[in-house]
Amino acid sequence: MKVSVQAEDFDLSTEVIEISMNTRTGAVASFVGVVRDVAMTLEHYPGMTENAIKKIVEEARSRWQILDLVVIHRYGELQPGDQIVLVAIASSHRGDAFAACQFIMDYLKTQAPFWKKEHHPEGARWVNALESDDEAAARWRKLKEPQRLLKS
Amino acid sequence: MKVKVLLFANLRERIGTSAEVVEIPDSASTVAGLRMHLMRRGGAWQEALADMKVVRVAVNQDMAGANAPLNPGDEVAFFPPVTGG
Repeated sequence: MKVSVQAEDFDLSTEVIEISMNTRTGAVASFVGVVRDVAMTLEHYPGMTENAIKKIVEEARSRWQILDLVVIHRYGELQPGDQIVLVAIASSHRGDAFAACQFIMDYLKTQAPFWKKEHHPEGARWVNALESDDEAAARWRKLKEPQRLLKS
Repeated sequence: MKVKVLLFANLRERIGTSAEVVEIPDSASTVAGLRMHLMRRGGAWQEALADMKVVRVAVNQDMAGANAPLNPGDEVAFFPPVTGG
């Protein structure tokens, strides 16, 4: 189980291979967030950010079968097309892998202390938090039972 | 008692500092008390911390509410709602 907050880029296939070693693994789901058309600076809270992600990971592990996972979130100066975040989950079945991946991303967006500052031609501005992100995270609180609807 | 105040993102920019050790009276030893103490400085402090709908607080790197108690040496961070991912 790897959690990393780093300035450096990452390689999806390397990370997926790393978490797929367990012979019980039957499904790996991954998400990569990418910078759209505006360069940005990502600020974080060293220490708290890593701890917040680890708490989200523990919550996910209590809800779904997770054999291994990796969460990488970058900070610093990022250009359009750059990778920002990776979440990849290895599980026995796809239902757990998909659900845990989406859960971790939804919680990252609302719980992990990162702040985006976009560099537009007319000047820099801090990105405002979206209510839709809060709603996406709140959705999971209503689900009391682990979601294991699909078997791969 | 003394606590360490940290500011991030637009709060850091508006107030113009990222960290400061602040002496607060024992009677102000909650998150809300510290906030009022800082706002009484006026200027950017007063403006930046006025609307708690757009300010989050962490005490010793855990999210905290207004009533959270403070102890000497605590690290108290003020920041806007997060926008990572």
